[in-house]
Amino acid sequence: MKAAPFEYHAPASVTETLELLGRYADDVKVLAGGQSLIPMMALRLARFDHLVDLNRVPSLRYIREQDGMLRIGAMTTQACIAGSRSIARAAPLITRATSLIGHFQIRNRGTIGGSLAHADGAAEYPAAALTLDAMFEVTSSNGARLVPAGDFFVSAFTTAVQPNEILSAVHIPAADGRTGFAVEEMARRRGDFALVGAMCAVGLDAQRRVERAAITFFGVGGVPVRGHGAEQAIIGQAAAQVDGTEIGQLAVADLDPAADVHASGRYRSRVARALAVQVVERALEEAVNEEGSQSRGSQ
Amino acid sequence: MNERDLTATVNGVQRSARVEARLTLADVLRDCWRLTGTHLGCEHGVCGACTVMVDGLAVRSCLMLAIQADGCEVTTIEGIGPESGGLSLVQRMFQQEHGLQCGFCTPGLVISVAALLADNPSPTDEEILDGLSGNLCRCTGYQGIIHAVRAAAAAIAGEPG
Repeated sequence: MKAAPFEYHAPASVTETLELLGRYADDVKVLAGGQSLIPMMALRLARFDHLVDLNRVPSLRYIREQDGMLRIGAMTTQACIAGSRSIARAAPLITRATSLIGHFQIRNRGTIGGSLAHADGAAEYPAAALTLDAMFEVTSSNGARLVPAGDFFVSAFTTAVQPNEILSAVHIPAADGRTGFAVEEMARRRGDFALVGAMCAVGLDAQRRVERAAITFFGVGGVPVRGHGAEQAIIGQAAAQVDGTEIGQLAVADLDPAADVHASGRYRSRVARALAVQVVERALEEAVNEEGSQSRGSQ
Repeated sequence: MNERDLTATVNGVQRSARVEARLTLADVLRDCWRLTGTHLGCEHGVCGACTVMVDGLAVRSCLMLAIQADGCEVTTIEGIGPESGGLSLVQRMFQQEHGLQCGFCTPGLVISVAALLADNPSPTDEEILDGLSGNLCRCTGYQGIIHAVRAAAAAIAGEPG
């Protein structure tokens, strides 16, 4: 089982990368961690004449926090993210989602940018980015532009990144004040892609009323999906009085998960509802206990 | 053919090859350098049999192009034991606790367990299961493997200083 022949390029900078993308525009693919792309090429589900490897572009590996915004370079590995204290504090949902990605051997090479640009509808990072209202920094030879998460995921394995562009970083608003986060997924085996999963992020005001809420499902279609109806329903409610069961029901009302060999659509909906109840209740509980303090464990 | 020169330090020895870009690290370890202890099961990142260490991190060598290892330090099952020869601690515990039967998955498992214990010398049972989840074994039912990891962790804890 071998990938079809291709010409390999290992640029040392973003500028060089973009030049290569321009030169081979017709049949070129960017390689990040390779934990999805390499098997797709080995199985001949994908073939390209040119492969541009970002692993030797050091400027794409960083974790920075500035002005309330966490910025993670696209080539930062999932293992680096799992071990980052600043991410555990500023975006604990990312830390928790990371532990659900594949196995540690995969996370040693897999990158956040690769996972987001690959855009598997059952993957954790796209759902986490959507939940946290992340902004995607997409760079071309004309400079960088920012794409909101809601516009980034177009359809299964398709994003707003154009052929002459790369995803260079993701920007995530740092958690501030009384916030709570939760992720839960159902997979048949540890490390498998989730049959279905749910995430929740909430922010409370000084009276512990829900000020901000995001509920996201993954594994329910080509792209992760927000449960906007349920989010609107809990905003303004006192955290202690939210009925998780009712919110879970509301959150899945508009879902129409596809059936495949792994599960029927109806089963996915039922599991999604149960997971939604869990993540909403856990996120609210965490936010209530947060008391605006800065201390937060990684789990 | 898009061939490239590759040089890597494999088990402490500098090795070179001229390789096609599409070859994986596993292919080159086995076919060019004859280090056939690294086994290929699924060749698409599911089974973990081909796990090796690259710059100290356990990775699947079927999910990495060989040319990506240019300039890296690679450790395979052939290099996991002491320089004087014989078995590593993890290998001895696999033997003692019956952590293998046919042996096909064992090289990948030994590398994964070595990496797991280097990172976390006293894992909980939950952490052991998580650490083993990336390697498939079709013979043992995993119980012997779990016992081997526990025994290796206990031996590390019992070692003086």
